[in-house]
Amino acid sequence: MSAHPANALPLLERLPVALRDACTSWLPESWRWLANSLLSIVAIFVVFATLFALLTLAERKILGRVQNRPGPNRAPLPFLGIRTYGLAQPLADGIKMLTKEDIVPRGADRVLHFLAPVALLAFSILTFAVIPYGRALLPVELDAAVLYFFAAGAATELAIFMAGWASRNKYSLLAAMRALAQLISYELPLLLSIVPVVLVAGSLSTSEIVEQQGTWLFGVFPQWHVFTPWGFAGFLIFFVAALAESNRSPFDLPEAESELIAGHLTEYSGFKYALFFMAEYFGMCALSGMGVTLFLGGWQAPIPALAFIPSYGWFAAKLLALLFVFMWIRATFPRLRIDQLTRLAWKFLVPLALVNLFTAAFWVLSSGWAGPLAFARWLVAGTLVLGPFLVLGRRLSAGLGPRTYRYA
Amino acid sequence: MSLAFLLIAFLTVATAAVAMALRNLVRSALLLGASWAGVAAFYLWAGAEFLAFAQVLVYVGAISMVVLFAVLLTRPSRDEGAVSPASAGRLLPALIAGGSVLGVLVGAIVGSPLRTAAKPPLAFTVRELGLQLMGPHAASLVVVGALLTVALLGAVVIAAPGRPGDREDPR
Repeated sequence: MSAHPANALPLLERLPVALRDACTSWLPESWRWLANSLLSIVAIFVVFATLFALLTLAERKILGRVQNRPGPNRAPLPFLGIRTYGLAQPLADGIKMLTKEDIVPRGADRVLHFLAPVALLAFSILTFAVIPYGRALLPVELDAAVLYFFAAGAATELAIFMAGWASRNKYSLLAAMRALAQLISYELPLLLSIVPVVLVAGSLSTSEIVEQQGTWLFGVFPQWHVFTPWGFAGFLIFFVAALAESNRSPFDLPEAESELIAGHLTEYSGFKYALFFMAEYFGMCALSGMGVTLFLGGWQAPIPALAFIPSYGWFAAKLLALLFVFMWIRATFPRLRIDQLTRLAWKFLVPLALVNLFTAAFWVLSSGWAGPLAFARWLVAGTLVLGPFLVLGRRLSAGLGPRTYRYA
Repeated sequence: MSLAFLLIAFLTVATAAVAMALRNLVRSALLLGASWAGVAAFYLWAGAEFLAFAQVLVYVGAISMVVLFAVLLTRPSRDEGAVSPASAGRLLPALIAGGSVLGVLVGAIVGSPLRTAAKPPLAFTVRELGLQLMGPHAASLVVVGALLTVALLGAVVIAAPGRPGDREDPR
């Protein structure tokens, strides 16, 4: 991970970097960077693969809790026979996935059918490289890190298309078409929602964006981007678009079980099927991590008094909170129809994101306003956010409600 | 000429050539995506980080999607995705069109002065790039934007269904 002047940091803060350096110190100087990079990759993969295993369990438990049932609670720990709230369920799932038969349909395009899950996973792992996990934990320091992140993430839906098309199954093909429509629709609000952050920060580097959110108003209120009018609107747009980008409910149209059996997953079994799920959770984690970085202050502590907790702890807490919201939304909202999905993107999110760009520009231009003018600044920016939201929201739902149920 | 350059060039050209030779349009489109990624790799090799990421985002991420979308929408059945070789009558226009594009490109490459002398590599930060684009090159940026908007509007007009009074296409 990047070589910051780490010696000034407290011990807990630089512990991961110190551990890595201790592991590679015996190597000659010319090989050390390679070993350091490899160790970073292994660390990221191990951490997020573990998180993936735990998240699958957490999701099932949370869904169970919301639906008033226990969720998985039977899998005992191996050789001990102790049932601990289904904690061994990921282990059982993993073994099941590994030992299942791998079926490839006779009419399938064998190469693409194999390549799709691999490409999907590879692209979603690439996105982890530029997220600052802590003060001293940034795997790759890039000048255009935000652009890199979205470039790597853009190719994931291509892999879903590959999966759907190569399966030679009508449901899979429909899923592939839906995945394409969804990507084309939601890529735009996702990118437009982060442009204000880049505008205000004046940088595409993730570490710099986090550094700039590290001050406190009156010594108490954190200056995270989400606590400004444009940042709040931008975060909400980003979050909705992130839900769609990672194929999460209520935007999980490509795999809509009730309409398309399982969409692009229909003809996949065994470990390839597990790879798809891994990629979905990785994408969810990466987008949440980016949301935390851009809007929620990254690894910064919420109040100065709590800054003694290591920065990666704060990052992890915010990341897990966002992931919980992902699951909560899945448990709460019904799936959209494809026309509702595209309408929401083009008639609501894209215009709002464009207006938000002007709000952010106003915010930058009025940064010198003080005293009563600061109040006016908040008022104008707030109106710029709320006004279009109300107007567009009314137009979006005009003529659609309230619905009367005549035979129910 | 480093080994990396040769490898990238070979992969880019090879995927493009195979994409042209294949008769299955979806496979061709996917290979074209790989070829665009090769171009991005070349930018990365040349030190143009920003350009490389933008290339991946726009071409691999978006344009290949649009191409695939168009292929799937215009050819509903999967087996029609494989097009048979065109008739010999279309060979001549194809050669003329391809040849003229090639001529323009080669002319542009030969005509532009390429400095090959050993110069310190230009290390542009994204900020400098943005200032350059918004300052001296703002006019061309606006022109390109207007051109793309016009193209987009034209595409919408072509794709949009006719007025309710119009007769449906008898197909």
